[in-house]
Amino acid sequence: MSKTNDEEHGGAREDEGPVDDRAQFSALLEDSAEDLYEHAPCGYLSTQLDGRIAKVNTTLLDWLGYQPEDLVGRKYFSELLTVGGRLYHETHFAPMLRMHGEISGIALELKATDGSRLPVLVTSTVKKGGGGQPLLIRTTIFDARDRRAYETELLRARQAADRERDRLQALTTTLQKTLLPPTLANVPGLDVCAHYHVASVDEVGGDFYDLFPLAAGTWGMFLGDVCGKGVAAAAVTSLARYTLRAAAVYHPDPVAVLGNLNTVLNHEYNGADPRFCTVVFGLLTPDRVHGGFQITLASGGHPPALLMRADGTADILPTPGGQLIGVLPDAHISTTTVHLAPGDTLLLHTDGLTEAHTNAAIGGGERYGDDAFLDFGRALAPTTATGTISAVRGLLDTFGTGVDDDTAVLAIHVPRPHSDEQQ
Amino acid sequence: MDVRSRNHVRVTGRTGAPVVMLAHGFGCDQNMWRLVVPELERHFTVVLFDHVGAGNSDLTAWSRERYSTLDGYTDDLLELCRELALGPITFVGHSVSAMMGVLAAAREPEAFAGLVLLAPSPCFIDEPDAGYRGGFSAEDIDELLESLDANYLGWSGAMAPVVMGNPQRPELGEELTSSFCRTDPEIARVFARVTFLSDNRADLARVAVPALVAQCSSDAIAPPEVGAFVHARIPGSQLVTLNATGHCPQLAAPEETAAAIAAFAGAIQ
Repeated sequence: MSKTNDEEHGGAREDEGPVDDRAQFSALLEDSAEDLYEHAPCGYLSTQLDGRIAKVNTTLLDWLGYQPEDLVGRKYFSELLTVGGRLYHETHFAPMLRMHGEISGIALELKATDGSRLPVLVTSTVKKGGGGQPLLIRTTIFDARDRRAYETELLRARQAADRERDRLQALTTTLQKTLLPPTLANVPGLDVCAHYHVASVDEVGGDFYDLFPLAAGTWGMFLGDVCGKGVAAAAVTSLARYTLRAAAVYHPDPVAVLGNLNTVLNHEYNGADPRFCTVVFGLLTPDRVHGGFQITLASGGHPPALLMRADGTADILPTPGGQLIGVLPDAHISTTTVHLAPGDTLLLHTDGLTEAHTNAAIGGGERYGDDAFLDFGRALAPTTATGTISAVRGLLDTFGTGVDDDTAVLAIHVPRPHSDEQQ
Repeated sequence: MDVRSRNHVRVTGRTGAPVVMLAHGFGCDQNMWRLVVPELERHFTVVLFDHVGAGNSDLTAWSRERYSTLDGYTDDLLELCRELALGPITFVGHSVSAMMGVLAAAREPEAFAGLVLLAPSPCFIDEPDAGYRGGFSAEDIDELLESLDANYLGWSGAMAPVVMGNPQRPELGEELTSSFCRTDPEIARVFARVTFLSDNRADLARVAVPALVAQCSSDAIAPPEVGAFVHARIPGSQLVTLNATGHCPQLAAPEETAAAIAAFAGAIQ
């Protein structure tokens, strides 16, 4: 605002007190409305609805190096933009302005007459007449050079973070894959299927399973859950997996296998950083007399397996008293044996399934639980390995984000003789 | 997948009347048509939809592979026609969607009674050697991608909750307006490339259904000579110039645009 105005008013009303100061300020502001428009610290622009420039303030003219007559009635707002900005204007800015009657904080670049570019933030509103009909568009333009530099930096940091996250996820996914068998062994006379549900793409989970041949037509299988997540847990998972496989070859008795793992974990992770896991290990032997398989299961603190029989009944197979592996030097390991007859299906799972929240979407805290899991088995029986895994996947899907821990499931099933299956 | 919810299809207007399907272009969604729909509803069955990745379409259906070329969008279009089973339709495609209509009609002419190509451009990039002027250079398109990126920060904070929301939710009124013209920057980038880097000049001659080329009198994106090019290459097509500034005649001159669509669709069906 002009200095002359200040002095004139100030001089006349010098001794009339604070009330008149207000009047004086008010007069000052009234007087300088035009000046405020012309020399505001931002650009002002009014256009017709089609974008043709009707009025523009001195600040914006100075920024861009134009005279009023270069622009008013001659150019469209979008012509002040870079070509890319013009495309953005046509495809986003103008339609959104029409839709909402206003649009704010859009980052664009203006072209000055000397060829330089000015990064700006643009806000527009549609001025409406008494009947609500749009009359013209008012636009304010802020110099955004500093802010754009800052945002560019922010954007770069964000893109770098996005890339790192992608890299981490790729790494996690790869690591996870190495902890699981690429395919399960093909066991003659047995239908097998497994599924690993990843709760977080950012962290390696601690669940694991495997099924593999042992000597003399017998087979080993295991499924377990290492306490914790992330890289430290992955190291234990890896150790547990190869220890179990090596121990099973050395001496396939399930109690001996888990005892061996217990010794190794105690040995490797003693002192301040104890690591432990729950595991169920099974030895599978074909039953030449009755058909199907004889299975000896040993459990170290692991949730019990679910047996779904050919006759449509289902039960859990308790292995009571089995202790966590890796905690005590001499863990107690309990065993149970079961005959898997034609038509029967055995399902091993980790507690990610039974501890999932059933209605997470609406903020509920209910966990799925062992009883519901048994009911699930009863409803499903009789079934097959693939049928079981597909039903479990469907179940996990219904929980959505309620599955907050990784979940591994392994199902084995003895198909009925072909003639039965036709029924 | 349910095609109707995938593309957020809305069918309105007169039941049993000839069908007009309106396809929005790059940048926005089916709300682009809101000013012409009331007039068209009086005479036609009107089908509106969002391209996958835009508006309230099912974002989980979007994949870089499928939507990196116009073919993915063309497949969607033909799937929509089959699913809705409304018989031969008049397809109105704005901007890039005009070329989707061209490709779809070339592939399955029996699905179309006619095409209205609104502010079409078969190729945005100049090719001086062939004497073709699309209006843009490859660098210009890079600049647009930068503009999209520059407005990415604002997008992600304000829009993520809406866009991540459940697309099956019925109370879409408010969401429709708030999601208008806003999309995942990743999707916008890929769609921008498809829109501005595709070259469908050779496909124009394959159109064997009646076609109306409706261009704007002053359009920075699809200048008049591009409209004339499209008209010249589509056998037997009509050309009309709408008195509209900008690239969106359905917003800038809705009455005239609706009248042109209605006259054409009424005459051919």
